[in-house]
Amino acid sequence: MSERVLMKGNEALAEAAIRAGCHHFFGYPITPQTELAAYMAKRMPKIGGTYLQAESEVAAINMVQGAAAAGIRAMTSSSSPGIALKLEGISYMCGSDLPAVIINVQRGGPGLGGIQPSQADYNLATKAPGHGDAHILVLAPSSVQEMVDLVAKAFDLADTYRMPAMILADGMLGQMMEPVVLPEEGHAREIEKPWAACGHHGQRKHNIVNSLYLQASELNEIVKKRFERYAKIEETEALAENYMTEDAEYIVTAFGATARIAKAAVREARKEGIKAGLIRPVTLWPFPKADFVKAAETAKAFLSVEMSMGEMVNDVRLAVECKKPVYFYGETGGVIPTPAQVLEQIRKIAGGAE
Amino acid sequence: MSVVFEKPKALADVTTHYCPGCTHGIIHRLVAEAIDELGVEGRTVGIASVGCSVMSYNYFNCDMIQSPHGRAPAVATGVKRTRPDCIVFTYQGDGDLAAIGTAETVHSATRGENITVIFVNNAIYGMTGGQMAPTSLPGQVTQTTPYGRDVHYAGYPVRVCEMLSTLDGVEYCERVTVDSVKNVMKAKKAIKKAFQNQIEGKGFSLVEVVSTCPTNWGLTPVDALGWLRENMLPYYPLGVYKDRSAQKEEK
Ligand SMILES: Cc1ncc(C[n+]2csc(CCOP(=O)(O)OP(=O)(O)O)c2C)c(N)n1
Ligand code: SF4
Repeated sequence: MSERVLMKGNEALAEAAIRAGCHHFFGYPITPQTELAAYMAKRMPKIGGTYLQAESEVAAINMVQGAAAAGIRAMTSSSSPGIALKLEGISYMCGSDLPAVIINVQRGGPGLGGIQPSQADYNLATKAPGHGDAHILVLAPSSVQEMVDLVAKAFDLADTYRMPAMILADGMLGQMMEPVVLPEEGHAREIEKPWAACGHHGQRKHNIVNSLYLQASELNEIVKKRFERYAKIEETEALAENYMTEDAEYIVTAFGATARIAKAAVREARKEGIKAGLIRPVTLWPFPKADFVKAAETAKAFLSVEMSMGEMVNDVRLAVECKKPVYFYGETGGVIPTPAQVLEQIRKIAGGAE
Repeated sequence: MSVVFEKPKALADVTTHYCPGCTHGIIHRLVAEAIDELGVEGRTVGIASVGCSVMSYNYFNCDMIQSPHGRAPAVATGVKRTRPDCIVFTYQGDGDLAAIGTAETVHSATRGENITVIFVNNAIYGMTGGQMAPTSLPGQVTQTTPYGRDVHYAGYPVRVCEMLSTLDGVEYCERVTVDSVKNVMKAKKAIKKAFQNQIEGKGFSLVEVVSTCPTNWGLTPVDALGWLRENMLPYYPLGVYKDRSAQKEEK
């Protein structure tokens, strides 16, 4: 194992990608993911990789698409407004069954919004990653170490299931400095890509990477096939951290940076004698439904805490099927909820639900 | 019996969906001949764009990628940068290359991406049924300029070769047409050179082919060629607009 190093979230994402065998990066500058691209610009030339500053996010995602279609691990990173521009490319990649990793270091919106942390792209990432019927894998780290671990996982899952994966981070995680242990170089998993368009060399029929099916019945069938794959992923790949949920009466749920705050609030609540627990979804798509279903058997109420006006809360409601009340608390636009504010909400619910 | 006419190997043995008399077919053949003659089919990756030629992924025998509307040069960049041994070409219409994909075109050109761009300029949006294209001529009647393209209202056509020739990153750009045997031969030479340049690592090469769309121009194939000669060629003069290597040799 390598030694522990102190790293900023954004830089850790970059180094983790390189160590996951991604030697090609295409991006366009935007705050608050700046350090990630700058890190790639410094490292890639040293390892014979690609760092390319595209003319736009639209171009960057399509460069990633080209690399992915050619069977190469590639990545792009951006923040909310730039991610919006990438959706066209992401949809085409879904339609062409192409794997790649997209980093979203979220900031406040809508519009130019702000440059402070946000989680308001939850719906975009998990519900509508571009036009058409499609899903992408969405992973939500909540520490710098987890950023490192999930980048490698994202590449492996993307290659395994032939679909794009997004790391849904936020400005707080991107800027945060923490000690991390990086995986050693040269141990990335290699997954065969016999479908790649990289020259047939007279060895096989030509490969076509395509998302166009003019026959409605054919498209219908292909999308349904893809959804069978999605169903399998929902069954096997959903992941959540359960913290003090065993005997919890009040389940707080939060992802990413917000989960750290929620966890602190849960600890405080316990000190006051309130039986609180935390479910922290690590995969947002697939959503870890089972953890909520299980918790709903014993919990009295749920509280979703988000840096948005309430997006994940709807998936919690769907998961518990109205069996228990689901409350929401959020701040948006770059305002970060404090543990004291979350604790106040827990107290309110615990008092109200008695 | 001697064979006098053969399909190029790089062209699939299928019936295309192109309208009778459409010049897309000729241009496909020229691209395939160039690939054959240079012996690069096995390492070629073609990028089909959005337009009438979208299904060219079925017509070429090399590996193919279908790209979003206008993004073919970005997709090509992604392939070429990560697989430099591949020979990468895009095949794009005027709406794709000079309207929605202008940024991708200009920036792949100015970066000097070592790719080959085949640009089919038929002065109209063929696939969607004949709307105004960025290259539609002043006064040209289309579905969306029913009274003729009024340049004060709808702006002027884009001359792609002229525009790109000002960029330092461009190795080669030439405008050709396929209205006669002589011009088809010239177009063939240009297309082959655009591939040869890539093999030699020279950089961004684009061949603009002034083409017809008999269907949406509302003309017979023969009359369409006449219309091309009378109206398009004066506005889009044929010739080499930039040939960096040749210029260097002269010096
Ligand atoms: C994002 C997007 N916008 C619009 C379209 C609809 N569309 C399909 S082909 C086309 C025009 C293509 O024209 P051109 O590039 O000139 O090629 P041609 O069909 O004339 O060969 C348009 C607008 C689309 N497919 N995608
Ligand atoms: S619509 Fe025009 S460009 Fe398209 S295939 Fe027919 S003739 Fe060719």
